Amino acid sequence: MSLQMISVILGSLTIASALMVVLSKHPIRSVIYLVITFFFISSMYILMNAQFLAIVNMIVYAGAIMVLFLFVLMLLNLNKEAEPETSRMGAITAVIAGGTLFLVMITALRDTFQYGKGYTPVKVQDAGLVEQLGKMLFSKYLVPFEISSILFIAAMVGAVLLAKREKQVID
Amino acid sequence: MDTAMLIEKSVLVLLLFLISLGVAAYQTYFERKLAAWIQDRVGPDRAGPFGILQPIADGTKMFLKEDFIPAKADKWLFIIGPGISMFTALITSSVIPWGTNLSLFGRDISLQVADFNIGILFVFGVVSIGVYGIMIGGWASNNKYSLYGAIRASSQMISYELAMGISAITIVMLTGSLSLNDIVESQHGMNWNVFYQPVAFFVFFITSLAELNRAPFDLPECESELIGGYHTEYSSMKLGLYLFSEYTSMFVSAAIMATLFFGGYNFPGMDAFSGNVLAILSITAFALKIFLFIFVIMWIRWTIPRFRFDQLMHLGWKVLIPVAIVNMLITGIVVAWNQGWM
Repeated sequence: MSLQMISVILGSLTIASALMVVLSKHPIRSVIYLVITFFFISSMYILMNAQFLAIVNMIVYAGAIMVLFLFVLMLLNLNKEAEPETSRMGAITAVIAGGTLFLVMITALRDTFQYGKGYTPVKVQDAGLVEQLGKMLFSKYLVPFEISSILFIAAMVGAVLLAKREKQVID
Repeated sequence: MDTAMLIEKSVLVLLLFLISLGVAAYQTYFERKLAAWIQDRVGPDRAGPFGILQPIADGTKMFLKEDFIPAKADKWLFIIGPGISMFTALITSSVIPWGTNLSLFGRDISLQVADFNIGILFVFGVVSIGVYGIMIGGWASNNKYSLYGAIRASSQMISYELAMGISAITIVMLTGSLSLNDIVESQHGMNWNVFYQPVAFFVFFITSLAELNRAPFDLPECESELIGGYHTEYSSMKLGLYLFSEYTSMFVSAAIMATLFFGGYNFPGMDAFSGNVLAILSITAFALKIFLFIFVIMWIRWTIPRFRFDQLMHLGWKVLIPVAIVNMLITGIVVAWNQGWM
C-alpha cells in the first residue's frame, strides 16, 4: 500500500469522525468523536514523520483538554427538557459567523494551492523531530514563543483569581 | 522492514502480551499473600499448594459469571470502557527496553519492540489517554457512584500528570534524549539517575501511585464512600478487565520507574559479561527491580490510609508541582553550567 493511499484513507476517516462530532445527537459522544478525530490528526503527523507533534497533540488535546471537556459535560444535566431554546436570530448569526470562517478557510486553501506549487520542503526526514523544533522555537520564533507563554501565565492567574473571588473555608 | 524482523517483533509483542497478563494475574496472588502477611493472616491457600492456582481459579470465575449491562446504561460506551483501560495498560510495554541485545539464529535481536526517539513522551501520551477508560466506563454506567468515581479519577489524573511530567523532564535534561533506549544506556553499570535526581524520583513515584489509582490515592474506587467507584455496575470479565488493567499498569509503571531512575536493565559489574549471558542477566536484573517496585507499591497500599480528596488536591498542586518545578530549574541551571553555557 502506497503512502498516498494511506493518507487518503486516514484523511477520509478524519473527516468522517469530524462530521460525526457535529452530527451525533449526544454531547458526550460528540466529545468522544472529537478525541478520535485528534487521534487521526496525530496519525497524519506521524505519516509526515513529525512524531513529536503527533505525541504532543495527543497529550495536550486528546489527553488533557478533551478530558476537561468530558469532565464538564458529565457534570451538566443533559436532559432534553433542560436544553435552552434557540431563537431564530441566534440561528441566523451562527450561520453568518460559520460561513465567514468557512470563507476565510477556503481563501487560505486557495493560497496554498497557488503559492505552494513551487515549494519543496527541505529535509522532510527530520522536520518534526524534537531537535529541529527546539532550534526553530528558540531562534526564529523566540519572541512569539515567549509572548505566548506570558499569555498562558496571564490566563492561569486570571483563572485562579476568578476561583478565589468567593472565599471558601476548608479546614 | 524484512520478514525476519517482522516475525521477530511479532514474537516479542506476543511474549510481552502474555508476560504482562501472567504477571498481572500473579500480582493479585502476591498482593493477597502480602496483605495476609502484613495483617497476620494466612491468605489464599486452597487452590493448589500454597494457593498457587488461585489466580487461575479467579480468572475462570470471572469468565463464568453473568455478564450484565444495566438497562439505562449507554451500551456501546459501557462495553468500550474496560477495553480502553486494558489497551492503554498493555501498550506502554512496547517502548520499554527489556534487556541488552540477544543473538539468536545469527541475528541480533533488540529486546525493545519500538525504539521511538520520543519514547518517554509516548509513555505520557498513553498515560493521559488511560483516563478515558475509567471516565467513559463510569459515565456510561448511569450510576451516581460510578460518575463520582469517574470524575474523581479524571481530576486526580490531570492534576498529577503535571508533576509527573515535570519530574521526568529532569531525566531528559540529564540524558539529552527522549528515547528510553538512550536513557537506559546512559545509566550504564551503577550510574543510575536516582543518585542524581532523588527528588525527581520521589515526585515521580508518588505521582505514579496516583496515576495508578492505587492506595493511598485510590479515591476513584474507594469502597467506604463510593461502593465500588467507577466499576460499581460492572460484572463478569468486564470488571475483570478493569481490575486486570490496574495490575498490568502497575507492572508497566514499575518497569518505567526502573527504566527512568534505576538504570533499567543495567546492573553493577555488567562489563564482565557479554553476548547472551549479559542479555539474560540484564533481563533478570530488570525483572528483579520491577519486582521490588511492585512489592513497595503493595506494601504502601497495606500500610498507609487513604487521603481525603482535598488533601489529595493539596498534595498534588501545592506540594508536588512546586517541588518538581524547583527541582527542574536547579537541574537546568546545573546542566547548563556543566555544558559551559554560563
